[in-house]
Amino acid sequence: MHPRPLSPHLQIYRPQLTSVLSILHRASGVFLALGLLPLAWWLTAAADGGEAFARFHQCAQSLAGRALLLAWTFCFFYHLCNGVRHLCWDMGAGFSLRAVYIGGWLVVAASATLTAAAFLAAYGVLP
Amino acid sequence: MAQFLLPKNSVVKKGQTFAAPAGAKKTRTFRIYRYDPDRGDNPRTDTYQVDTAKCGPMVLDALIKIKNESDSTLTFRRSCREGICGSCAMNIDGVNTLACTMPIADVAGTVKVYPLPHLPVVKDLVGDLGDFYAQYAAIKPWLQTRTPPPPDRERLQSREDRAKLDGLYECIMCACCSTACPSYWWNSDRYLGPAALLAARRWIADSRDEAGGERLDDLEDPFRLYRCHTIMNCTRTCPKGLNPAQAIAEIKKDIAARRS
Repeated sequence: MHPRPLSPHLQIYRPQLTSVLSILHRASGVFLALGLLPLAWWLTAAADGGEAFARFHQCAQSLAGRALLLAWTFCFFYHLCNGVRHLCWDMGAGFSLRAVYIGGWLVVAASATLTAAAFLAAYGVLP
Repeated sequence: MAQFLLPKNSVVKKGQTFAAPAGAKKTRTFRIYRYDPDRGDNPRTDTYQVDTAKCGPMVLDALIKIKNESDSTLTFRRSCREGICGSCAMNIDGVNTLACTMPIADVAGTVKVYPLPHLPVVKDLVGDLGDFYAQYAAIKPWLQTRTPPPPDRERLQSREDRAKLDGLYECIMCACCSTACPSYWWNSDRYLGPAALLAARRWIADSRDEAGGERLDDLEDPFRLYRCHTIMNCTRTCPKGLNPAQAIAEIKKDIAARRS
């Protein structure tokens, strides 16, 4: 007898808000952990004095640096907001499909808003 | 470790096309996963043109029509055709559901039909549910008692206690939820999956059952219960409108409550 094939899974399952936000939570967590490296660099550069800090600043202000900072900011707020959603679930609340979808879109909207607000504040647009 | 790609023998190839009979008025295209265990070739997807003007409204009706009129080798499970037996669970248009309660009209474009995800395929749309049933058996889905029953009557239950089983007892074990769960895909050898855990909750919540503590002991395990990461695909896909994710959360709460 031939070994049985495995039926398709990731290849065919429709991406849904449920699964997409779940994997995004994990991905943002991993990405935030990687962000500890530049954070450590920032702190050591600040301790090493003006020249070292200027070098860090130059990298952070480059286009790639700004893009990464934007990504880290979004991941931070997304992981935070979705973490609150998980706390609600851990208390047994918000399990109806309606609540799951409302909560999911709320988290997306909140993290986008907070990211925008953080960047506008950083650029001096917001007080 | 999760394997995200299909093994070599499972990669799906392009198959053949069966045209609609001449004079067909309202044709719909069905792309269906096929695997023939006798030939042992890789699985393929065959395309069937179906005249929906001469076909019932549900995807199962189309599958039966194809089997009757175009290709008698097409293999699938079906029985009650009214959403109570759970036999015709499959992946339709990217979501697990029952073919008998899924209207063709609800699918836009080509109707893509696959077996339930991440199962060993026996033939065509028939997946091997052996592990799934073993997991159900593992939660001991029957009433367990220590005290002797009343001599003159059955073990009775108040209306309020009976109402606690609503949303739990209706499960038809179609396996849509478990095979929709990515965590179950990667850990189905050790994680019980949403269907078995919903069943476990049904017995923990039963006022007549006296083995609640042992049931929680059995579930308190990093894999059996705690591979649930509240992804919610189970609740999203359940064709009976049940909420396995909530049932699992209640079990987690029970375990947390007895620790304190």
